[in-house]
Amino acid sequence: MIRIRKELWFGFIIMGLIIAGTAVMLISADTITRGHLGLMMLALVVVAIMLGFPTAFTLMGMGMLFTWIAYDESITKTLDLMVQSAFKVMSNDVLISIPLFVFMGYLVERANLIEKLFRSLHLAMARVPGSLAVATLFTCAVFATATGIVGAVVTLMGLLALPQMLKGGYDIRLSAGVITAGGCLGILIPPSVLLIVYGATAGVSVVQLYAGAFFPGIMLAGLYILYVIVVAKLKPSLAPPLSAEARFVPLPPLTQRIADTVSNRALPALLAALKGPANQQVPTGHILRQLGITLLPALFFVLVAGFAYRSATAPLDEVVVSSSGDGSLSVPGGGLEEPARTGGGLQEPPAATGGLQEPPATTGGLQEPPTESGGLKEPPAAEALQKDAAPAGQLGEPPSAAATGSAAEPARVPAGKGYWIGLALGGVAMVAFYGMLSFQRLEVFKMLLTSFFPLMILILAVLGSIVFGLATPTEAAAVGASGGFLLAAAYRQLTMSVVKESVFLTAKTSAMVCWLFVGSAIFSAAFALLGGQELVEKWVLGMNLSKTEFLVLSQVIIFVLGWPLEWTEIIVIFMPIFIPLLDNFGVDPLFFGLLVALNLQTAFLSPPVAMAAFYLKGVAPKHVTLNQIFSGMLPFMGIQVLAIVLLYMFPAIGMWLPQVLYK
Amino acid sequence: MQRLLLAVDRLSTWIGQVFAWAIVLLTVMITGEVFSRYVLNEPHDWALNLQIMFYGTLFMMAGAYTLSKNGHVRGDVLYGFFRPRTQATLDLLLYFIFFLPGIIALTYAGWTYAQESLAIREKTFSATPLPLYPFKFIIPMAGFMLLLQGVVEIVRCVSCIRTGDWPSREPDVEEVDVEKLKQMVHVKDEDIAALDQYVVKEVTK
Repeated sequence: MIRIRKELWFGFIIMGLIIAGTAVMLISADTITRGHLGLMMLALVVVAIMLGFPTAFTLMGMGMLFTWIAYDESITKTLDLMVQSAFKVMSNDVLISIPLFVFMGYLVERANLIEKLFRSLHLAMARVPGSLAVATLFTCAVFATATGIVGAVVTLMGLLALPQMLKGGYDIRLSAGVITAGGCLGILIPPSVLLIVYGATAGVSVVQLYAGAFFPGIMLAGLYILYVIVVAKLKPSLAPPLSAEARFVPLPPLTQRIADTVSNRALPALLAALKGPANQQVPTGHILRQLGITLLPALFFVLVAGFAYRSATAPLDEVVVSSSGDGSLSVPGGGLEEPARTGGGLQEPPAATGGLQEPPATTGGLQEPPTESGGLKEPPAAEALQKDAAPAGQLGEPPSAAATGSAAEPARVPAGKGYWIGLALGGVAMVAFYGMLSFQRLEVFKMLLTSFFPLMILILAVLGSIVFGLATPTEAAAVGASGGFLLAAAYRQLTMSVVKESVFLTAKTSAMVCWLFVGSAIFSAAFALLGGQELVEKWVLGMNLSKTEFLVLSQVIIFVLGWPLEWTEIIVIFMPIFIPLLDNFGVDPLFFGLLVALNLQTAFLSPPVAMAAFYLKGVAPKHVTLNQIFSGMLPFMGIQVLAIVLLYMFPAIGMWLPQVLYK
Repeated sequence: MQRLLLAVDRLSTWIGQVFAWAIVLLTVMITGEVFSRYVLNEPHDWALNLQIMFYGTLFMMAGAYTLSKNGHVRGDVLYGFFRPRTQATLDLLLYFIFFLPGIIALTYAGWTYAQESLAIREKTFSATPLPLYPFKFIIPMAGFMLLLQGVVEIVRCVSCIRTGDWPSREPDVEEVDVEKLKQMVHVKDEDIAALDQYVVKEVTK
């Protein structure tokens, strides 16, 4: 009873502060103008939302009332504005991708590959310090990115990873922190719904937001992993290494026989077994199958090298083909735009015009996917299997592999040094990979092949096609949802009930988000009509803030709002107020959006309202307390703040990719 | 009374779920359009408009369904800690202050809006015009369903204030269904309970 009261006090104090602040504002004003009325409405709506009534209808009702006042009590005008706001949301061509991404998320979640994903990743990383925690973060990052459902990811990882970590002797707090922090990564790493909602509200292209959020998202995940590795190195008692039995990978009996009779090196052993004496005991079909899987990376490498070589030697043809292709695509896109109703058609032009104006740049973009995906996909395979490499080596690997991909690009025209250096590096990596590929590692690789790679391909295909301007977010989302169907089918989970559940959940989630937009459209219109915006602008400019001060202040306000409000509410209600101010301080709305996305992610981890903690508590053993979970989340919250500071100090982390692609 | 409430719930749910299938159509349609545009090089100028209509219809018609399952996002700082009776009193009050005026206005305005569109047989601005008025009729339809469901919710509030307990709702698929997730990854309650020994060990250590 006492605890309940404490919780209530927290809310009441916030509410009281808001009301007191409003009262002070109204009293200190010389004359109460309409703008003041607008601000009062804003304060009232926050209080009303805190009372717990469905926010969409709170906004709608409040907005209607104040619109009516703003229109001098003209009912017709109020009604017109309401219905037009609703219709604007219904015909919004940015929001349309929300149900599609949500649908994809539910399908992927129900394809049920998280168990395999986690197991294969933690076996693959067995030698990394804090391997279970690192594997948890990795799994969360991949799975949360594909599904975007915080609650489900945290719950699932609480069921899968928490028992393993506790049994492995991990610290409860560290385990809880890793799961909750990892589960929230899907909020930031695209394709995320938050960025669509921000894009639709702020009028920023979702394509650019996705491109911009990619590296900050990776950076945040990387910082988490780095933190865990450092903790595991410094205090092994918190995250002890895996025992031998936890690392044990059972081999199929037939493979075991080859390993016993020939050698444990997969490639030579299989080749030898093919003609050697072991052949009598093991069917040739089995050997060939294993050999086929073993050779997949090499095949892939050859394909990438071949593609890179083709694009390196024959660049002129490609330019013509792709630019004409792009040109023909942008025309129908332009024809579909309806300025009158679909205001958000803004996303298409940048990509399309880019293609028309700068053919070479677009060619790069079009040709990059193969090389780029090669660079991105290879390191996990090589990295995951090179268990012997030191952690520093593992972290250092991706850049070098990525360099393999990128080095080939500039050299395309002369087909010269860069390409051959890349090829040589890749070749060395391949040799090292096969040198270390034991049969155990082959089994792990097979597991990764059926869990990690399909998800990575899905994510990269969806993201890649959006970011490189091959498809609009809507198209990519739909194709992603189709991919979700295929994934669920491939894992034999595509039953009628799974589809039904995903469909119904999609309807409910979309209705929740989009009705919120209907409410907020009416509300924002009322706020604008009352002139609240001008008053806010006058105040903020009157404070004589520098750009930094303004950014810090706005982020602190958004962070504080994250306590009583949900991220959807913060974005749809407050972004329309912040965005017009950005111009005065020379802040790019795209950059602001990235800061906001990072910031709002922090809200998921800040006690006492952090949702992630409650989801974990729901599946944790009885004696794990909420306080333990909260204190486990704190270091990760610190890392998030660090990430915001880093992004602020080095905007290039977020802005580099969009600038390279779209400017 | 309870039976009447559940009947309306079921109606909202049924309508919402029927329209929910639009997402599958939408997925298939856009994927098909992507294929047609990129592979067959045959874009359709009406495709985007049709897609948008599907999306708008989907979420508007699911509004009442979501309300019937208590699925619209609420500010949860205080609400979750109130007793049911306090929750119901607040809800009841706000249904009358915000919900009813807002939704009645939206339904009424939507009706005239759609009628006007019907009168001129409004079409989309594109090379192949599609009729726009049926899409506009979605607004009053969705509004009416929400209104109906809202009345049911008001009755629920009253009943809760009387008895001190929220009347039951029919179960529906949930985003985070812990039991189902446990089944999915083959974790049993005993397994979780057995883990407690590690937790206790660590605490005493």
